[in-house]
Amino acid sequence: MSLIDSLPRRKAFSSEVDAGSREENASKQKSGAPFRSDRNGNSSSAPKLPKVDGLIPWIVPLAIVLVWQLACVTGFVPSRVLPAPTDVALAGWKLLLSGELIRNIWVSFWRASIGFLIGGSIGFAFGLANGLSQLSAKLTDTTLQMVRNIPHLALIPLVILWFGIDESAKLFLVALGVFFPIYLNTLHGIRTVDPQLIEMGRIYGMTDGELFRRVIFPGALPSIFVGLRFALGIMWLTLIVAETIAATSGLGYMAMQAREFMLIDVVVLSILIYALLGKLADSASRALERLTLSWHPAFQKK
Amino acid sequence: MQEALRFQPVDAEPVDRSDIRVQARQLRRGPEAATRGLSLTIRGLRKAFGDNEVLRGIDLHIPSGQFVAIVGRSGCGKSTLLRLIAGLEAPTAGNIAFGEQPRAQDVRVMFQEPRLLPWARVLSNVEVGLGRERSSADAQARAERALVEVGLADKRTQWPSVLSGGQKQRVALARALVSQPRVLAFDEPLGALDALTRISMQQLLERVWRDQGFTAILVTHDVAEAVALADRVLVIEDGRIAQDVTIDLPRPRRRGSAELATLEGEILKHLLEGSEDTQ
Repeated sequence: MSLIDSLPRRKAFSSEVDAGSREENASKQKSGAPFRSDRNGNSSSAPKLPKVDGLIPWIVPLAIVLVWQLACVTGFVPSRVLPAPTDVALAGWKLLLSGELIRNIWVSFWRASIGFLIGGSIGFAFGLANGLSQLSAKLTDTTLQMVRNIPHLALIPLVILWFGIDESAKLFLVALGVFFPIYLNTLHGIRTVDPQLIEMGRIYGMTDGELFRRVIFPGALPSIFVGLRFALGIMWLTLIVAETIAATSGLGYMAMQAREFMLIDVVVLSILIYALLGKLADSASRALERLTLSWHPAFQKK
Repeated sequence: MQEALRFQPVDAEPVDRSDIRVQARQLRRGPEAATRGLSLTIRGLRKAFGDNEVLRGIDLHIPSGQFVAIVGRSGCGKSTLLRLIAGLEAPTAGNIAFGEQPRAQDVRVMFQEPRLLPWARVLSNVEVGLGRERSSADAQARAERALVEVGLADKRTQWPSVLSGGQKQRVALARALVSQPRVLAFDEPLGALDALTRISMQQLLERVWRDQGFTAILVTHDVAEAVALADRVLVIEDGRIAQDVTIDLPRPRRRGSAELATLEGEILKHLLEGSEDTQ
């Protein structure tokens, strides 16, 4: 990747003074390391530049914020359309002091995690059952595939009728949303475990329980993690929509209230907080992945 | 001194010194080792997959501790015969009888692929080979001894993904050996290795066979490998044993010697004639 990037630059600099291009080449070699990426797109940590490497992913978000601030300060973007980042930060500070922000974040976080736990564990259980038992798969898979094709957000009117705008409505929607990615990927993971390894396990006298614990589950784990990360994305999406439409607390509710009073800085603030929470959830799942998949070549530090 | 020699990785073994080492090992070999292997009698063995009859009546006796190589063109049924002996398939007709009723850990198979668990470290992979005795107190010590046997004691905490192809196969061999099997079936275990690694692996196989005295059944498509390692070479053609050649040459056999080349030539000639008939 870095090679392709540097090709046109190399040409442009070759016409310039020698000393300058040599310097450029040296810096390119240095910066080449952090851009190396493994199969999963994680930038690999170059041993010599650990600090710089950790900061690189944040360059683009910071640059966007800077450009945004600049555009607002110069009046290029009117503050009625988009408030400056400093204004958003100020709004955040005020809400933080009043305790409203923390309360709303906590409510949203609680809904997200409880809904995720319920939907995720049911999906995982069905994935295991249908991956391991032909009978269970025959019995339930067709039904699940039909339900899967209904967009779960289309159920909002029905859910409001059933649960009102109670907590259970949001939990139901989140649980339904995360169910399918976890179910499908667990099922796929179990079905694609190398049959040669399973045969090996049987030859060496593993019982069914041992075979599951030592061969099938570890083999399905990479796929289960893919499902987990999909589910985390869907979890936030569902929660935002549910809270925007029917809620009396939470981040989505905070944003809708702010819209009523034309507090555009608070609207932007809640959107940014969603972005940060999403990133946090993704980082957590990645950390878990690195911890449990340390055997996988993609996660081994060379 | 003997112990020190045994700890050397097989890759580094100089070929010429092997005769001294083998003599030393024969002295060390206990009296029970010679009788450890199980004899094997196969009568009227047939195996069909649907309409496709792969084995059409195999009669065979393998004395205990013999090293038998099975060669033949691909699709001749040699792997099927091995899988039947290992109990991985059920015969359509006929039977396979061992000299004694074998326990589950007495018959072990080594495949062309190492089939290591990628998520278990080398030592745990070897422990898998203990079967039901996995949870016994000396499991780890036995697994470590098996790793020493194949010269990979220093890799015990590694993940399989960092090992080379030959090293993975040696771990698979250690896993097969750790339960001290009495019959060891090899299904082209060296087929995917490069020429030099193959030769050192062949020496390793011969060494552990002489050390442990199990009955060895090696399926291979490499006739040179068969005549270098085996006491007896079976040529299988069209689901039957077409040739039964006894290789009565002293061990260790010198690779590239005239006798081996002659035997290899005869077997190859037979195999090639067979293939011309069918064309």
